Amino acid sequence: MGSKRYQRLRRAMGIVSVLLVAVTVVLGLWVTPPDVVQGQLVRLIYVHPPMAWVAYLAYGVTSLASVLYLWRRTRNLRWDLLAASSAEVGVIFTGLTLITGSIWGRPAWGVWWTWDARLTTTALLFVLYIGYLALRRIPADSHQRAVRSAIAGLIAFIDVPIVHQSVVWWRTLHQGATVLNPSLSPRIHGEMASTLLLGFIAFTFVYVWMLLHRYQIAALEQNVLDAELEKLIQERRNEPGLGSSQIESSGDANNVGQPSKV
Amino acid sequence: MWRDALLIAGKDLRIELRSKVTFNQILPFGFIVLIVFAFALDTSPDTLQMVAPGLFWLAVLISSILGVDRAIAIETHDNASDGLLVYGVDPGGIFLGKVASVFVQLFLLEIVLTIAMIVLYGPKIGGWPLVTISAVFATLGISAAGVLYSQLASSSKAKQTLLPLLLVPVASPVLLAATKSWQDAFAGSAWLVDPWLRLLIVFAVVYLALGTVFYNSILEG
Amino acid sequence: MRDLVNFKNVVVVSGNFPILTGIDFEAGPGEVVLVKGRNGAGKTSFLRAVAGLLRIARGSASVLGVDLVSNPADARHRVGLLGHDSFLYEELTARENVSFVLRATRSDTARVESSLAAVGLAGRLSELKVAVMSAGQRKKVALAALMAREPELWLLDEPHASLDSWTRDVLDSALIAAVANGSTVLVASHEPDHGALIPTRTVEIGGGKVINDVRESGSEDGAPSTKLGTGNVA
Repeated sequence: MGSKRYQRLRRAMGIVSVLLVAVTVVLGLWVTPPDVVQGQLVRLIYVHPPMAWVAYLAYGVTSLASVLYLWRRTRNLRWDLLAASSAEVGVIFTGLTLITGSIWGRPAWGVWWTWDARLTTTALLFVLYIGYLALRRIPADSHQRAVRSAIAGLIAFIDVPIVHQSVVWWRTLHQGATVLNPSLSPRIHGEMASTLLLGFIAFTFVYVWMLLHRYQIAALEQNVLDAELEKLIQERRNEPGLGSSQIESSGDANNVGQPSKV
Repeated sequence: MWRDALLIAGKDLRIELRSKVTFNQILPFGFIVLIVFAFALDTSPDTLQMVAPGLFWLAVLISSILGVDRAIAIETHDNASDGLLVYGVDPGGIFLGKVASVFVQLFLLEIVLTIAMIVLYGPKIGGWPLVTISAVFATLGISAAGVLYSQLASSSKAKQTLLPLLLVPVASPVLLAATKSWQDAFAGSAWLVDPWLRLLIVFAVVYLALGTVFYNSILEG
Repeated sequence: MRDLVNFKNVVVVSGNFPILTGIDFEAGPGEVVLVKGRNGAGKTSFLRAVAGLLRIARGSASVLGVDLVSNPADARHRVGLLGHDSFLYEELTARENVSFVLRATRSDTARVESSLAAVGLAGRLSELKVAVMSAGQRKKVALAALMAREPELWLLDEPHASLDSWTRDVLDSALIAAVANGSTVLVASHEPDHGALIPTRTVEIGGGKVINDVRESGSEDGAPSTKLGTGNVA
């Protein structure tokens, strides 16, 4: 966990992430041309969809890790810590997706928010995983917390298609085509396509980097808890008993005056 | 499992018959919610008729939070859920029994609230079969998800605030689907061809299955 | 002789606090074990762990031949636990509560009346809701359910607290009969007077582990006793 290899990997991911993001920024803001229809606004496409992708990726990792914890043969507290770390990163990126979407929406359609299927699903996704993180805050021992949050994490993931389907129907059955359609049209500029692809790669690296950091913190916290528990066990084992004379005479334990160490 | 489910459902319903928490507290609360919605929106009959299904299901959802909380509180008092474990009651059976009990109570509550809605909002209801079938599956879904999440949150000191945060986003597809299928039904839609009903059935089945499978781990964890 | 209870270095953790820190304990059929210790020593937790209600974090534990680490649920219905919580439903009557327990444990429901009568809750009293009952009466209801179930392993946490002497005698004679049939009894108690039930062993718990295990009748040299069988029951 705190091994040299892990540290080296984490650092390498950090350097690569920063470089990739820097290149994406340069390409996205200066090199690529403005769009014919959307103008400068199109530059948000290099961050917004990659962020949404990272959010889904993060929740996918959370679900996978949750399953691995719930399955007895692969049960290991590390899966729980990984699930939690990934969910936190996922929530951040879901939030960023919503914010960048709003920033785009305001000039593009004149409103910060619209009840589009994708937006509504993303907002619900955000709340679902905030609930997951809130559930993790309940004081419990590690195993109990791990089981409960793994179940909640898995259910949240199973919910996503149901929520999405219901919202898609809700909009499409009654309102025709949706306003927001960020799918790539084939007429997209070559430079734009490659910058977008780079954006996806860059943000995926950022995700892995953040996950490695967050996981390390979670693992260190767990180590501290484990060490504390070890200490508590030793301390508790040294607690005094009733004192030998009290056993046969059956005195009330409340009134034991001078308990002798055993 | 089914035998245990019947035992638990029977016990919970008997407790409700005695304590009348749903009847005396949750039902009037749902009723107040319907009235307050009318205040908050507009008292023009057209608006109220149009939004009646949505407000109705929102009132049911809010009431259900109290209902499932109560269903789990029965077992946390005097640590009765430990008792159930010691007696060797099947956890899947406990889940299904609790869902059945909550379902019966919510469904009765919905019947009363439907009458209240018709009186207060005055919507014209066309397709009664669809209204009924949709309500059955929506209630089943809400009960199953509610009992599952209420148990998940039960060890928290702040469970009254945590439960809505967990349950409402999950139950929102039910709210949506039940509202839409009722809108179709109110407009006189033929029954059982409604896509929203399909969504309600999927939701109910998924949550009943998840709860039956996972309830054991939640109780034992 | 097979052990009914076999705990080896059992650690139980609750909210990152070690409530049991390495219990070593075994008991065979027909034993009556008095569990003593200061408040907070882990007596209640020990009994709850034996009942399969606490997750074993470390060590190995088996009860009635069932491994608690892998199957915490499988021995429970053969174990009777009478603790601080009586597991009763307030809105149900005494009879309904006992009847529920017997149906949940798939026991003979014909015993409802006789067991309630045995603890002095026959007739009108059995129709009272538990909510209006005193602490002593509630304990009697829980006791009636427990006696009707005839568990193979009895776990009693302060069983005599809030019971009148007449009911104590009822409990004691029920336990004596059960022990004669090969059941094992673990009693956690502060009370000097154990009534008619004479323990075959006294185990002291301190700091979440066993710190003394003495044969009640033998000399008090602190030597751990071996299994005693049904010998010393009066």
